[in-house]
Order: sequence, then C-alpha cells, then structure tokens
Amino acid sequence: MNAHVQIRNLNAFYGDNRALKDIQLDIPRSQITVIMGPSGCGKTTLLKCLNRFLELNDGTRITGQVLVDGEDIYAPGVDVTEIRKKTGLLAQRPYPLPMSIYDNVAYGLRIHGIKKGRELEAAVRHYLEVAGLWEEVKDRLHAPATGLSIGQQQRLCLARGLAVEPELLLGDEPTSALDPISAQHIEKRLLDLKQQYSVVLVTHILRQAKRLADYVIFMYLGEVVEAGPAHEVFEHPRQERTRAYLEGQF
Amino acid sequence: MKRRQLEEGFFKVLMILSYALVVGILGLILVTVLVKGLPALNLAMLTQTPKGGYYLGKEGGILNAIIGSLYLAGGATLLALALGLPIAINLGAYLRKSRLAGAVRLALDVLWGIPSIVYGAFGFTLMLALGMRASLLGGILVLALLELPILTRAMDEVIRMMPAEIEHASLAMGATRLETATRVVIRQTLPGIATAILLAFGRGIGDAASVLFTAGYTDRLPTSLMRPVASLPLAVFFQLGTPFPEVQQRAYAAALVLTVIVLIVSLGSRWLAGRLSRFVIR
Repeated sequence: MNAHVQIRNLNAFYGDNRALKDIQLDIPRSQITVIMGPSGCGKTTLLKCLNRFLELNDGTRITGQVLVDGEDIYAPGVDVTEIRKKTGLLAQRPYPLPMSIYDNVAYGLRIHGIKKGRELEAAVRHYLEVAGLWEEVKDRLHAPATGLSIGQQQRLCLARGLAVEPELLLGDEPTSALDPISAQHIEKRLLDLKQQYSVVLVTHILRQAKRLADYVIFMYLGEVVEAGPAHEVFEHPRQERTRAYLEGQF
Repeated sequence: MKRRQLEEGFFKVLMILSYALVVGILGLILVTVLVKGLPALNLAMLTQTPKGGYYLGKEGGILNAIIGSLYLAGGATLLALALGLPIAINLGAYLRKSRLAGAVRLALDVLWGIPSIVYGAFGFTLMLALGMRASLLGGILVLALLELPILTRAMDEVIRMMPAEIEHASLAMGATRLETATRVVIRQTLPGIATAILLAFGRGIGDAASVLFTAGYTDRLPTSLMRPVASLPLAVFFQLGTPFPEVQQRAYAAALVLTVIVLIVSLGSRWLAGRLSRFVIR
C-alpha cells in the first residue's frame, strides 16, 4: 500500500483520560478512508491528530508519531501552519468566515501570498467550480457568505479548504448537518476529488461509509479494531466486534 | 394547575413593572433635563465661550466645555482602544480559559469597580510627582485608565462569545493566530466592539471626578495638550453650584448637551453595528 499517512504508537489524552490507545495505522494515498465506530470511540480525536487540531483544546496531550509523507508532524520545530495548510478540513457544521463569498475563498490564498487581483480571481473561480458552487454564486460573489443555504455553505467551506492546495482532506461527519440532496452533492465532490487528494472521513452513517469508502478503519473505545480495504471489511470482517457493528448491534 | 398560572401571572407583572421602572427613570431624567435646560439653550450657548460675567448670568456659552469634553473622551477612548484591543484579543484568542487569563480578567474587573474619584486622585498624585499641571493630556490619560477596563472586558466578552469553529476554520487553512485574530476575529466581533467603544466613551464623557484635578477647567478653547481644558460634567457642576437661577438653568442646558452627545454616539454606534454585522456569522 502507498501510505500517505503513517500513524505509529499514537496515544491521545484529555487530562487523564486516554482517548486513543496505541494507534498503528496506514492511511492510503488518493483513496477515501472512512473512520467509523460508535460515538465516543475516538474517531474525531484521531482526525484532529492529523492536522494538529487536538492541541487547540486545553489539557490535551499526545504521544507517538504521525508521519505525513514520512515526516513526523509532531517533531519539534515543525511549523504548525505548514502542516495545517497541507490538510483541508470539513467540519460537522459549515462555518463560513465573516466575509463575502469571494473573500471566503480568497482568504487562504491571500494568507499564503497570492495577492494579485487577476490571479486571485481566477483561483477563486476555479475552486468554486471544483466545489460545484460557481454556477449558483457567480452573480453574488460579494454578498455575505451567511446568505447561502447550509448545503451551499458546506461546499463553500470545501472550496475555501481546497484553495490552499492541501494534499490531505479531512472530513468530520461533513454531511451530518445537511439535507439529503446537499449531502449527495458533497459525497459526489469527495468521490471526484480522491484522484488528487487523500480523503479521510469520519462518519457514523454506515450506508455513507459503504458508498464512499475505499479503505475502512473501525474503532471502538479508543482502539483500532480493524482496518483494511472496504470490500474486505464490509464483506468479511475478521473481528467479531466489527461484524456486530456492521449488523447494527451497537 | 391554578397556582402555577397565578405564579406565572405574578412574575409577568413583576417583569413588566421593572421594565416600566427602567423606562420611567430614563424618561424622567430626559424630561427633567429638557424642561429645565431647554429654555436656557440657545445658539450662543453652543457657539460661544464664556464671556466676562458669564457665571453671574451674563453672555457667553459652553463651547469650551463641549469641545473640551469631546477632546477628552475622544482621546481617552482612542488611547484605551489602542491598549485594550490587544489585551482583549490576547485574552480571547490566546489565553482563553487559562489561569493567567483568569488573573487578568480579575484585575480588570477590580479596576472596573474602582470609583472614578480614586482614578482622579491617583492621576493627580502621579502628575504632581512628574511635575505636570492639570491639562488635556493629564485628563486624557486618567480617563483612558478609567475606560480601559470597561472597554477591554466588554470586548473580551464579545470575543469569548464567538463560536470557536470560526477561529478553527481559519487555523485549518494554515493561518497563524495573529492572522486569525486580525482578519477573522475582529471582523466577526466588530458590532460588539463598536458597542464596547460606545460604552467606554459614554462613561468617559460623563465622568466629572476623574477630570476635576487632572484636566482642570478653563473658559478658553483647548489649544494645547499641556493646557487645562474644560469639560461638560464640570460645567454642570460649577454652574449648578452658583446662587444665580439663570446660571443654574444653564447647568441643565449643559447637561442636556451632554445627554444629546451621548445619544448621538449611541444611535450612531447602533447604526454602525448594524452595518458591520452584515457579514457576521451567527
């Protein structure tokens, strides 16, 4: 397997509470990896370890290694902003920035040094197209982002995240706040995007996992129970707990 | 069932009464100032400085105090904002709920509670030690000290109310905390910051005790930072203290002017906050 991310002996703590226990994982490149498991199993915590977001919570601590392209993102001296630039994030609920639709996408570009008008305009248009939002917003680019529907807002967040050219896309149940049609839009985008990006998706919707996943990680109580190619895990789970979960027993 | 409905009704009446009390007091103050001040208010009051014999009931106006108060409160608010905004951002976006943040908030809250006469006395002592005389600069410095905790804590509360996810969205794109603070946090909280500024300005322009020793009083228009300057609260205070009814009436006119200034700033900042909230995420 061509691993994009390698996780070695990863432990995460909230205070004294050990939320992740000795995680060993490889996340494949240019595929959709789905992390599933019951609530409280550590899915989101694991996701937050991939873009160094866990440390934004007070009292958290991490031991072990997360290697992205072979480089440990927790090594001393690593530039956190560079790590985060390389990982896009789609949150559970879309939170646009308090600015216009255009500026939402231009924000990341400006921060990372693209300031020329024409270059910026072309890039904003490109990423809005990639996110499948351009046609709907091209006539009101300078209107507040809050005027969009929640589904459109999530696609705006996708465009905004893609604009800084990440290599890894993280999604924390990105369709859970959306209506079915908007959710479909996002799912379709993710399927299109996996050619160029490695996607890691947390979901508790089993059917969504089956629709999207190339690679599946099943977690329970802070441990990885089973990880493997989607068809293998879904059709022939090796672990009893995975089987029970897939059959809807918990 | 009956008893619960009685309770509900009783507390509803209580709420309406306390609301009526607040509105009533505001109305009474406005009516008093209007009735007593309006007859004495004329163009000369607003456009002239006190002439000889003004305090005996002769000609002149309170332009010196109007301009002086605007300079004092305007300067102090700007200074307090320059100091307070970085503190509020540091509290809200960097320190958040840490122990240090708690200590800083406690210090600001204690400062907020200190009576303004104490600020005045403190400022006066300091000025004596530095060999300064009562002046516009002294008044601005002490008023800024008075406004700083109000402004900072009000902004801090607004920043803390902001959903963390908005900040996270910016950080997720590889923005630094400073970029996030200046480009996202401030934009999101601008309406609240405008309200905080108004609150501080209102407190500053209305305060008499802190400028009594530090800014002094003069019948002239302010020309220099190092010279004494007049202010509206002191204009009210001095004129009300004279034995002449005409002059006392002018005190109410000065109070009316002060009230109108605060009202204008208040409505202006409301309007501004409305304009600024166009992009705010709820």
